[in-house]
Amino acid sequence: MSVVPISYYLVLSAILFGLGVIAFVFKRNIITIFMAIELMLNAVNLAFVAFARAHNQLDGLVFVFFVIVVAAAEAAVGLAIVITVYQNRQTLNIERIDTLKF
Amino acid sequence: MPILDHLWIIIALPLLGAAINGLLGKNWSKPLVNAVGVGSVALSFLAVVEAVREFAQLPAAQIPWIKSYFTWITAGIFKVDFSLQIDQLTVVMLFVVTFVGLLVHIYSTGYMAHEEGYYRFFAFLNLFVFFMLTLVLAANVVLMFVGWEGVGLCSYLLIGFWFLKQSAISAGKKAFITTRLGDLGFTVGILLLFWTFHSVDFTTIFKQAAGMPVEGFWPAGVLTGISLLLFIGAIGKSAQIPLYVWLPDAMEGPTPVSALIHAATMVTAGVYMVARMNPVFSRAPFAMFIVALIGALTAFFAATIGLLQTDIKKVLAYSTVSQLGYMFLGLGVGAYAAGVFHLMTHAFFKGLLFLAAGSVIHAMNGDQEMGHMGGLRTKIPITFWTMFIATLAIAGIPGFAGFFSKDEILDAAGSGPHANLWFYWLGIIAAGLTSFYMFRLIFLTFFGKPRYDEHKVHIHESPWSMTVPLIFLAILSTCGGWFAAPHLVGGTDYFDKFLHPVFAAYAVNPGIEQGASLAGAAGAAGEIARTPMLELFHALTGWPVIVALVGLFIAWWFYIKSPDAPKKLAQSMRGLYTLVLHKYYIDELYNAVFVQPLLWISTNVFWHGVDQGAIDGTVNGIARGLRESGGQVREIQSGNARSYATWVVIGAVGFTVLMLGIWGMVR
Repeated sequence: MSVVPISYYLVLSAILFGLGVIAFVFKRNIITIFMAIELMLNAVNLAFVAFARAHNQLDGLVFVFFVIVVAAAEAAVGLAIVITVYQNRQTLNIERIDTLKF
Repeated sequence: MPILDHLWIIIALPLLGAAINGLLGKNWSKPLVNAVGVGSVALSFLAVVEAVREFAQLPAAQIPWIKSYFTWITAGIFKVDFSLQIDQLTVVMLFVVTFVGLLVHIYSTGYMAHEEGYYRFFAFLNLFVFFMLTLVLAANVVLMFVGWEGVGLCSYLLIGFWFLKQSAISAGKKAFITTRLGDLGFTVGILLLFWTFHSVDFTTIFKQAAGMPVEGFWPAGVLTGISLLLFIGAIGKSAQIPLYVWLPDAMEGPTPVSALIHAATMVTAGVYMVARMNPVFSRAPFAMFIVALIGALTAFFAATIGLLQTDIKKVLAYSTVSQLGYMFLGLGVGAYAAGVFHLMTHAFFKGLLFLAAGSVIHAMNGDQEMGHMGGLRTKIPITFWTMFIATLAIAGIPGFAGFFSKDEILDAAGSGPHANLWFYWLGIIAAGLTSFYMFRLIFLTFFGKPRYDEHKVHIHESPWSMTVPLIFLAILSTCGGWFAAPHLVGGTDYFDKFLHPVFAAYAVNPGIEQGASLAGAAGAAGEIARTPMLELFHALTGWPVIVALVGLFIAWWFYIKSPDAPKKLAQSMRGLYTLVLHKYYIDELYNAVFVQPLLWISTNVFWHGVDQGAIDGTVNGIARGLRESGGQVREIQSGNARSYATWVVIGAVGFTVLMLGIWGMVR
């Protein structure tokens, strides 16, 4: 059984991260953007795990746990904010939520 | 010797008076303010009398008597003590300042009785006496400068005493700024003194200066530089050409102030300073020449302006400038004692003239125009007679104080060791002019028919508080010169003899210098036997007496005998008349040459250019730049989350590329 080279994981991670970025920038729905963020976090997680395996060290795994915890907290807070925004504005279109300027 | 050990008491008393009246006197009754104001100067005068009594018993070796109280400034070798000294010159000045000061204080209690700010006036006047006494008692040039500046401050405060009057405020500022020009020279002179002698104490300076040779006429050395710089200070303070313009304007102040500050004491500070620095000046012949030149020119020039003035105080102001010129002429030709003698007699008769003029103005309800007076002789006899005596004294009529002192100066200018016939004849002509304009003043004011409205103006003699000082000063104007009287018959000039130690101690050539000035006019007479009667005859028929009588006669002719004559003469010499009437347009000239260009440069270069353009421009430019760049940058803050995200991505990518690039280069 041959080992999958680390570059494969990194390329996959980069592709996922790139998709996340593109979705983050171009999508209008807040929920979708939220999902794009999750995608980017998980792309990073994948890179961490791949490096941890390649270098046979635990540091990367520890970071992954932290990222999952942060992502969970973010999901809790972020979704609550999304609900509040919807209740106030009756929309989730990010282009119409632009009063945080000047 | 109590007072001599505590010389500070003399100056502390007026300072205390000023402090008490200035801080507490506002709500006090006038008698109380009087008691403090007059009392402090009276006590100071008594202290001076006692100090002089003790001084007279000092052995010659202990003169000058120097008392150092504490060290004021030390910085490296620069050391200034608060030290006071007393010598014969100081004694003369102390007497003049405290006695005339006391009389003016008494006079002011009558003259200023109905004025607002009564306590303030006396506080300033006391403060002035304090600074003037500091000036004359100072044992080093820095402390002298303190007094010098202090009297200038008091002069400013008192000229602008009626501070609601625009002209008074302007006159005060003019006096302050003009004298400040001279003070610049004085300050640099002090620095040069210290640089040369490494000390500011008079005695130390004089001892070293005495060891230095007499400098050449031109090119000269450092002593000439010092002398000229100090003399610039004297020019400002003593109102000489070209800085005399402030003194006539200073007449905006109350008349007692004109008498005390702008006639008797402060303006003579320059004369005192030059006399005090005689060891330095004596070794700088070029500086001496300049002193005499400026003095002679001023004496003549100011006298011509005085001829046509119609304001009674303005005549006296130009007369003061002219008489100060005489004093400098005396100093400049090496007759220091004569200069100081004239300083003293002038303090008496000019102080008296001003106080009497104040009495006239008081009687006229504040009118100063001689054109509105006339015939006052019988209405205010005390004022008339005292003023008449002062006029005889200033005109140089034999027997009165001014005759002796002016004669000594002119003798020295005409036949002394530094005689110069140009200066002598300028002095003689000025003496004639003096006699003319003073008798013109007397005739216009006291003789002829009244020209005022007798129904509106009720002429009344002044109260005793004003007339008593007049009488005292009239006595001094008569007898003040008699110290020198024996000299007329070939005897001793006691004033000269009294001051001899001060001017002989460090004289260039002790025997000759002083001997010549003692010999006076007799030197010119040559080998003719000097019998007393011949001496007297010479003195009484000399040019000064002749021109004085001629001036008196012309004044009488013009203003009593044929009153139309002046008008005809004015018409026949219209150009000259207008020129002199407008004071040679000197004020206009200064305005055009100095004030306007300065104003233009200040406005257009320093205000609009430097301040508004450069300084404000820089500050405002920075602010404007930040605001505009901020305006550009703030467009980024669209509030649109997606644009933020885009920036984040661009930033992240850019940063990564940058890091990779650097990493690549490092490898």
